Amino acid sequence: MPTGSKMSEKQTAHMDNHHVPGVVYDPVAIKIGMWLFLFTELLLFGTLFIVYGVYLHDFNWQFRLGSASLSIPIGTVNTVILLTSSLTMALSIAALQRSRKGRSIGLMWITILFAVAFLVIKTFEWSAKFAHGIYPGSDHLLELTKGENVFYGLYFTMTGLHALHVIIGIGLILFAMKRVSGERTTPERPLLLENTGLYWHLVDLIWIYLFPLFYLIS
Amino acid sequence: MEPNSTHNAMPDYIRAEKGIGSWLTTTDHKRIGILYLASILVFFLFAVGLGLMIRLELFAPGEQFLDSDSYNRTITLHGIAMIFLFIIPGIPAVFGNFFLPIQIGANDVMFPRLNLMSWYFYIAGGLFALGSVIIGGVDTGWTFYIPYSSDTSTDVYLPILAAFILGWSSILTGLNFIATVHRMRAPGMGWFRMPLFVWSLYATAWIQILATPVVGITLILILLERMLGVGIFDPGKGGDPILFQHLFWIYSHPAVYIMVLPAMGVVSEVVSVFCRKVVFGYKFVAYSSLAIAGIGSLVWAHHMFTSGMADVARVVFSLLTFLVAIPSAVKVFNWLATMYKGSIRLEPPFLFALAFIFLFSVGGFTGLLQGALSTDIHLHDTAFIVAHFHYTMLGGGGVMFFAALYHWFPKMFGRMYNRASAVTGWILFFVGFNCLYFPLFVAGLFGMPRRYADYLPEYTVYHRISTIGSWIMVAGILLLVGNLIHGLFRGRKAKSNPWGGATLEWSTPSPPPTHQFPEIPEITGGPYEYQDEVENADEVEDADEVEDADGVENE
Repeated sequence: MPTGSKMSEKQTAHMDNHHVPGVVYDPVAIKIGMWLFLFTELLLFGTLFIVYGVYLHDFNWQFRLGSASLSIPIGTVNTVILLTSSLTMALSIAALQRSRKGRSIGLMWITILFAVAFLVIKTFEWSAKFAHGIYPGSDHLLELTKGENVFYGLYFTMTGLHALHVIIGIGLILFAMKRVSGERTTPERPLLLENTGLYWHLVDLIWIYLFPLFYLIS
Repeated sequence: MEPNSTHNAMPDYIRAEKGIGSWLTTTDHKRIGILYLASILVFFLFAVGLGLMIRLELFAPGEQFLDSDSYNRTITLHGIAMIFLFIIPGIPAVFGNFFLPIQIGANDVMFPRLNLMSWYFYIAGGLFALGSVIIGGVDTGWTFYIPYSSDTSTDVYLPILAAFILGWSSILTGLNFIATVHRMRAPGMGWFRMPLFVWSLYATAWIQILATPVVGITLILILLERMLGVGIFDPGKGGDPILFQHLFWIYSHPAVYIMVLPAMGVVSEVVSVFCRKVVFGYKFVAYSSLAIAGIGSLVWAHHMFTSGMADVARVVFSLLTFLVAIPSAVKVFNWLATMYKGSIRLEPPFLFALAFIFLFSVGGFTGLLQGALSTDIHLHDTAFIVAHFHYTMLGGGGVMFFAALYHWFPKMFGRMYNRASAVTGWILFFVGFNCLYFPLFVAGLFGMPRRYADYLPEYTVYHRISTIGSWIMVAGILLLVGNLIHGLFRGRKAKSNPWGGATLEWSTPSPPPTHQFPEIPEITGGPYEYQDEVENADEVEDADEVEDADGVENE
């Protein structure tokens, strides 16, 4: 039997359920749902990290060779950009909770600006590699060692999938912005924005692991 | 469970709204369950047809009417359709959606719109799978093993996208169920007052969430391999094809528990109701679901004993495989103990549960032969495996899908089916099933390989018995489905509690109104506390409608 506050919390959820059939507003449940979804994302990338671990074991020096060809300064700049964007995202949530709608939306714009900057830098980084004949399935890669080919294969796959998540994140932030400006996401019901923030932090977190694994192991 | 008078005023969920549009945009968990039921049955019968073609081709040695390429495409589609479109979503998506909220005293799942989205994902996945047939089919087998799947000239993109989308449908359903079980239980519905069906769905939901993303990304890696030649699984470019097998089975072994755990939950419900007894060792049965989900996630490499792996790893995976038999056996023994001194009524759902216990035990024991390292070398990739997984999957998940249909049909549609046809269908199914799959055990022991379109003359007798069995079984399936369709239009009106069940769904009218609980019930006892005297089965059958003026007539 649930007791005390937990019990009353539950009943509140049910009362909502009863009065507005089909529309339940249960903040705890929405958070549970979001975290479960984030687990699935972590497992998606987790699988790739396992693949990375296996091949790092198989091709240790080739991976270092590959890593040496990536630019640490560019990777560092991108890391700083993404970390700062996580900060602005968190500040945006804090602003909404303090009922400062305009500031919240402004901070979301800054977050998106950082995200776009990250993607632009990433594009330049990729194009530079393409220009050197390094892209999946290229003839040049076949001339390198097998380990380096796998390294670049994983590099493009994992940073590519991450970039895709950055793009989805931008879409989510734009959606959250629309909801905040339309006052459908309010200080009383900030969950959509909070969950968008969680997603954005996940994107950031994954990059925090991608950065050392690809750039810093040389 | 006193019936509520306000029920009479409300139309049931089927008549609540009219028109196809109201169904396609519904967020009612019961209607979504029905949407799943209709679509899953269509895909199931399609896959049964493919299976029948396979058996017909194997009626005699040599080519009958399918050449090797068509045969490969047929077995691949049969596998994809049966696994991704029937057995994995089967019980959770249809009966979980319909009954999980009712059994915990809620009016819907936690995220009703997400629930509808899952169904659209399912339909999209199904159409992709069908689309791949139209453009020529795929011949990799449902396992999409690398390197063949990255090299074959048949189209792999559509079926892989289908599996990927269906995976997300499965994940979202699982996510919804976990949130629902955690947050929407009625007051007083503690964890150990939940029906065991809910427990099994809860354990299943965790597997769906934790395992499915792994296969999702693995399928994407195949696509990248095919499109761009990345080389992650290509030995010529430094990749490792065995790694693909690991990743594939990290999902696909737990997936067999996604297929069978909900079925086990249905067995617990059915056995309890038709023996009118509390499930023996309720907590053990509940925990064994979690144990199966947990240990079952650590046994994947037993699919790969002959693929090349360290000996230590093989021994560990073999040991873990034996361990997972323990919670499964706990369930079987507890069901049998529940029957002991119960007042058993041999109604159709209970017959299916008995069939499950027999068939799944045969499947389980033959599984141990493959879990043992030495015997597996001999049995690997033979017809023995085919027989084994049909005994566990069709004999497990498939049989209990029908049990659940026959158990809950009166509740879902407010109509009864013909009992004699149901029993006849069950007999045909059971006899045909054993006739179809048992000879494959023997043929496999003697070396008949799986997935071959042709065979040596000495295997003819086994294949012939098997093919004849397939006709009997399909006759049974058609009778079972036809009986329900007939019952849907012509059946007697069902009472609100035709079987005398004690879980919450039996306290609602048949079929339930859109909001089955105008007042959320207060739960004061366990799910299997049968209050009234033991009733005679015939009495239940012939009882007059007057007796249940408690809310069946709701027009």
